Amino acid sequence: MLEADFILKHSLVPKHEVMSDTSVERLFKKYKLSKDQLPRIKNTDPVVDAIGAKKGQVLKISRDSITAGKAVTYRIVV
Amino acid sequence: MTKPFDDYKGKLPELILTELEEAAKGLKMPEARKMLAKALEQYENNQAEPGEAVGIVAAQSIGEPGTQMTMRTFHYAGVAELAVPQGLPRFIEIVDLRREPRMPIMEIHLKEKARGDEKAVIAFAESLEDVEMSQFADIEENFSKQTVAVRFKEEKLEEHGIDMEEAKKQIEREVRRRAKEREGASLVFEPGFSTLRSLRRFADRIKEVKLCGIKGIRKAIVLPEKDGSGWFIKTDGTNIKAVMELPEVDPTTVYSNNVREVEEVLGLEAARNALIKEAKLVLDGQGLNVNPRHVMLVADVMCYEGEVKAIGRQGVSGSKASVFARAAFEETVKHLHNASIKGHSDNLSGITENIIIGQTIPVGTGLVKLGMKE
Repeated sequence: MLEADFILKHSLVPKHEVMSDTSVERLFKKYKLSKDQLPRIKNTDPVVDAIGAKKGQVLKISRDSITAGKAVTYRIVV
Repeated sequence: MTKPFDDYKGKLPELILTELEEAAKGLKMPEARKMLAKALEQYENNQAEPGEAVGIVAAQSIGEPGTQMTMRTFHYAGVAELAVPQGLPRFIEIVDLRREPRMPIMEIHLKEKARGDEKAVIAFAESLEDVEMSQFADIEENFSKQTVAVRFKEEKLEEHGIDMEEAKKQIEREVRRRAKEREGASLVFEPGFSTLRSLRRFADRIKEVKLCGIKGIRKAIVLPEKDGSGWFIKTDGTNIKAVMELPEVDPTTVYSNNVREVEEVLGLEAARNALIKEAKLVLDGQGLNVNPRHVMLVADVMCYEGEVKAIGRQGVSGSKASVFARAAFEETVKHLHNASIKGHSDNLSGITENIIIGQTIPVGTGLVKLGMKE
């Protein structure tokens, strides 16, 4: 396994954050979502491993986008 | 950011906001406000509406210019460039997600201290290339004595600065056996296999012992950095993981065009970025002007399920929920057969299914359904 630091600082890897329960709730309310409608990410993913996220948690991913500058997406760890 | 622009944060994308702010220089406050309001209106008008068939638009937008792509594999006519498949063959490679692309290439940028000296970079690049035992020694099987003899080519070893004793130890470590004789420039193994085949396989294992370099890298060339700050390395063959761990290398910029490898080492989101980057590279290389949003949509679909999936029978199309949709794509009989044996049901929520049975498809205005209020 590579050092977590190497992975998280890589230019291809956007910022992943584990969301708190309250902010997940707010997100679901805002977009009228349920958990099974979110895009998924595996819990074996190197980044998920590096930030220590657990199954069922929602990650906030802040991507650099060519069209929008910054774009925020969410993925649920499965 | 000044006041009126702050109000639009979150409503307009960052890139548009910074562009607007640049354009608003010299404008008075009320004028800037007016411009922002107009921009927001335009932005909202241009968003995809619910029910719009964005996937089909993306498919057409990539497919039509795609017909203009070169069908033949194209090679660079140059001295120090690697021949890369371009155009259609490479694009197919990307969406099909081949385990290993026809020409796996890695870009390695060194740390600032290390990239300046061309000679040092060349030496470093050479040290990356993996060299197999077969280049440094003659390896012969003797079937009557059941031995394998390794005869080193001393000049070759010296050329690459490899110590013979080290090489001997390396071989013994790799094959997990001690040599029977290890005098001078030769090494004799008696592995104790009686069949020809196992003896031959043993000799092949010795031939493949890596003496130096990084596994998978066949060739490394040195090219000048675009910003003129020094030199970087391009390789034929990839191994991101091993390269990132080298102290001379800047680990944050190591790049491979093998999307699967990127997914394995750096994760799903990095693979999505690599997919977009590679697809854009092909399209731009062919002089085709495709809006990046279409490419991003394709990449998003490929990454939706938590791992990168190919477009096609093995991937996205094959994992659709609807039986009819899968049957309409490929392997019709297989899917209908399985569904009838196992008693699957189809919710008829997709487009393909509804076309098959002749109903309004759930796209655009067809998405709206009437409900009854008690």
